This record gives sequence, structure tokens and C-alpha cells, in this order.
Amino acid sequence: MDVTNLESVRDEDFIHAVMEESGQDLTHCYQCGNCTAGCPCGFAYDIQVSQIMRNLQAGRKDKILNSRSIWLCLSCSSCTTRCPNNIDVARVMDVLRHIARREGRVAEKGVTTFWDAFLASVRKHGRVYELGVVANYVARTGRVWTDIDLLPRIAPKGKLSPMPHGIRGRDEIARIFQRYEEERTR
Amino acid sequence: MNLAYYPGCSGLGTSREYERSTRAACAALGVKLTDIPDWSCCGSTPAHALEHALSGALSARNLVGAARAGCDTVATPCPSCLSNLKTARHRMADTAFRARVGRLLDQPADELAALPDVQSVLETLVTRVGLDAIRARVRQPLAGLRVAPYYGCIMTRPADVMRFDDPENPTSMDDLLTALGAEVVPFPYKVECCGASYGVTRRDIVARLSGRLLGAARDAGAHAVVVACPLCQMNLDLRQSQVEWPGGKAVDMPVFYFTQLLGRALGVPDAELGLEQLCVDPAIAFRRAAQVVAARQAEEAAQAAKAAAQAAKAAQAKQAAAANEGGRA
Ligand code: SF4
Ligand code: SF4
Ligand code: SF4
Ligand code: SF4
Repeated sequence: MDVTNLESVRDEDFIHAVMEESGQDLTHCYQCGNCTAGCPCGFAYDIQVSQIMRNLQAGRKDKILNSRSIWLCLSCSSCTTRCPNNIDVARVMDVLRHIARREGRVAEKGVTTFWDAFLASVRKHGRVYELGVVANYVARTGRVWTDIDLLPRIAPKGKLSPMPHGIRGRDEIARIFQRYEEERTR
Repeated sequence: MNLAYYPGCSGLGTSREYERSTRAACAALGVKLTDIPDWSCCGSTPAHALEHALSGALSARNLVGAARAGCDTVATPCPSCLSNLKTARHRMADTAFRARVGRLLDQPADELAALPDVQSVLETLVTRVGLDAIRARVRQPLAGLRVAPYYGCIMTRPADVMRFDDPENPTSMDDLLTALGAEVVPFPYKVECCGASYGVTRRDIVARLSGRLLGAARDAGAHAVVVACPLCQMNLDLRQSQVEWPGGKAVDMPVFYFTQLLGRALGVPDAELGLEQLCVDPAIAFRRAAQVVAARQAEEAAQAAKAAAQAAKAAQAKQAAAANEGGRA
């Protein structure tokens, strides 16, 4: 039997950080399960979203931040829309990703690698360059490109630009990222 | 009221046909779009999943650009851009958040206090132009075309930020398509998520969620799905070859941007609407619609013939009766 001493794992600082950063009162959750019932991605989660809420109340930081679920959440806001206690659950999920990233804990590396490739493109060009993001992602993960089957479908449509669309204010965008990084490391 | 336009990055790439048809349809309806000068990416999910102030700064730069161009409203075709721009503006009411975003930007923080309003192009069309005006300009009604309107998960949610239509059962696109002469089928998955950008990283998730949507459209008898989101469109159309069809029965389901059908109904030439840039051949849907119309006409003709035959028979009977009467008299 999986017996857990709630007191020993209860991380008060973590609870406060999540409440503060999300602006949501976690104590309002009464475990009705509506969020889980409507979550489109529950089939792929290791911990259902309502269980994440319960574990949050109990301050079980490791269990939550090491979960796959927080990376697979699609940010669809179904949970937020259906919570009878008006908790912005999707925002809580967002904040859990922020905290996990700060602590360098990522259970679904592919997801953050893709996001990083995306943001690297924005930082460089000011706008996303789709082919560049995919190429960067494939290079970073060292995987074979699993979407090769789509190439004959999309290539003849003349939609994929061979070149990025850089903007005049590129440096301005780069400075946003730079200041963000400086703030983070301070 | 000056309207600024924020095209979004995918309009330069995978959703070119959305971009083209949006501009063509707006031009046909006399809606003037002023591009935000030197607009930049909103950062989408990768930014808000990393940090809210970073996401806010990437969005706010564009809103400041629109305000400086003298615009009080920004319209965007992409629901993901819409969500980010709206969320940024919404959060700017919090002075501490505003100050944090201000520290990341070149632009002075005081410009963040009064940012332009943000709306989807769909909202612009149904509220500024209005359904009656649109209906009056339809040249080529979408007769016989059965469509499943798919709004995507974020255009209306969360409700307190998006403030447009019903969060769980939106009807604006249904009404627009009906005004164009199409037939809207009952579609219960209007706002259920398609799997977002996980096609690249976790294809199984998109295969399942998008498959469920396409299966529901198939089962409802739709000839096509109609969308308002570049990523939804890509998942349902380009990735249609990868989805898990419920019950295993795959069909060819064309997936239009609503602006393409709007343009078509308004009489905009197909070449300006990018129909050839869709993966699943749109002609499949138009053919099926034409079959419905033809079947309906045949049915009507048969009804008319039947009515005529009945009338003739009745007339004959009357004549015979009259002759009988006459004979007896
Ligand atoms: S819907 Fe709200 S109250 Fe119900 S379990 Fe989820 S978070 Fe808790
Ligand atoms: S936002 Fe995330 S957790 Fe909430 S319902 Fe959508 S996928 Fe599930
Ligand atoms: S949501 Fe997508 S398309 Fe829109 S600006 Fe952001 S990245 Fe570009
Ligand atoms: S692409 Fe999917 S995730 Fe994005 S709005 Fe459309 S439904 Fe939602």
C-alpha cells in the first residue's frame, strides 16, 4: 500500500508560490472532478488534473513537478471554464510549468525542446520561421523527423517559405529576451 | 474607429490561404485593414508556458505599435494570437505586472496602461459588418453544403478574458455560415481541443483528438469542417492522413477556413481564396453539395410531377362525373 505521511512532504513555500504566481486560491477546490472530466488530454496524463489540484493542496511538490501531465496540458482552458469554484486551473498548470522550468525539471523533454526552438526563432527573426523551428527541433532532439510522411502533402502547396521573414525591429525583440534572461539570473 | 490588423506568423507560411482569403473577404465587404507596422510574433504557447511577463512583452509590443498607428482596435485571424494579445491586455490592469512587462520592453511602460482592444476577424465581421449586410451581398449561396463549424478551444475561453460568444457553445460562425446559405450540422465538439502543436512532439495526442473531431463531423453527415484557426486547420487537414478515425472508417473531409467560404459566397474568385492550398481536395465538398442540390431538385420535380398527375387525375374524374351527370340528365 502506498502510504504517505502528508506532513513530511507538505511544502508550504511551494503552495504559496503557486497561489501567488497564479493568483488562484487553491483551497477553493473541493475535488468535484469536473476539470478532469473535460480534460481532452487526460488519456495521456500520469496524474489527472483534479489530482494535481489535490496534490497541490497537500504541498506535494516533487510529485507534481516531476509529472508528465504538466507538459502535456494543451492550455485549452476547458478546466477553467468548467470549474464550479471559478479556479483558473489552466493558469495554475501554466504556473507549474514556470516553476518546473526554473528548477530545471522537465519530464517531457521533447515538448520543451520544441518550445525552445520556437522561441529561439522568434528571438532571432522577430517572427516564427516554421521550417527553421522544425529543423532546429529535429537537430536538438537528434531524432528522425517523424512527419516525413507529410512532406508530399504540403510541399506542392507553396506555403513553406524557404527563407525567414525577419523584421526591422529584430534587435528590439532580442533585447526583450535578453532582459528577461538577466532578470531571471539576477 | 480605426482597425489595426495583426496577421500572425503562420499567415506567412502554413496558413497563407487564411491570410489571403481574410484580406479578400474583408476587401469585398469594405473592411479596411491597416497592418501593425513591423509587427512581431506574440510568442504563442511557448512564451506563456515559460513566463507570463515575457509573453506579455512580446504581445504588448504589437499593441503599442497599433496604438501609435492611431488604431483603437486590433483584429487578428489567429485565435492563438488573439488569446495572447487579449490576455496581455487583460493582465496589464495589474500595475505590478505592467511594471514587469515595462522593464522588458524598449517602449515606455506608461504606454501599456491604455492598449487597444483586440478582437478576432470573425468578431469584426459579425459585429462591424453584421449578418444582414453580409447576407445582402451573397452572390453565390453555399446551397446544399453541409458544414461542421469548429471554433477551436481558445477563441471563446476563458470567458472573462475572451468576452466573445458563448464559451462552450459559440454560434457566431454557425450564423455566418447559415447566412451564406450553408447548412450547419449539429456538431458537439465545437470547442474541444484538436491537440494544438503536439503533432510535432506527441503525434499520438493529435492523432487521437483530431481523429475524434473528424469522426464526429463524418457521423453528423458534414461535407466539410469549417475552422477559424491555423493550427486547427493544419491538424485536421494536413494531418488528416495521420489521425485515428473512430470506428476505423476514414473519409476525405475537406477543411475550410471560414473566410474561404465567405469569399466564395461573396463571389470572390477562387484564385484569391487559396482553395488550391488545402490538402484534402475542397472539390469533394462542393461536389457533394451539388449532389444534395440535384437530389433536392429531382425530388421537387418528382413532387411537382406527382402533384400535376394527381391534379390531372382529379380533373379527369371530375369530367367523367360531369359526363355521367349529363348522361343521367
Ligand atoms: S473543477 Fe475545480 S473544484 Fe472541481 S476538482 Fe477541478 S479544480 Fe477542483
Ligand atoms: S487546460 Fe490543460 S489541464 Fe485544463 S483541460 Fe485543457 S489540457 Fe486539461
Ligand atoms: S500565435 Fe502563432 S501565428 Fe500567431 S503570432 Fe503567435 S506564433 Fe505567430
Ligand atoms: S489549434 Fe487546437 S489548441 Fe489551438 S485553438 Fe485550435 S483547438 Fe485549440
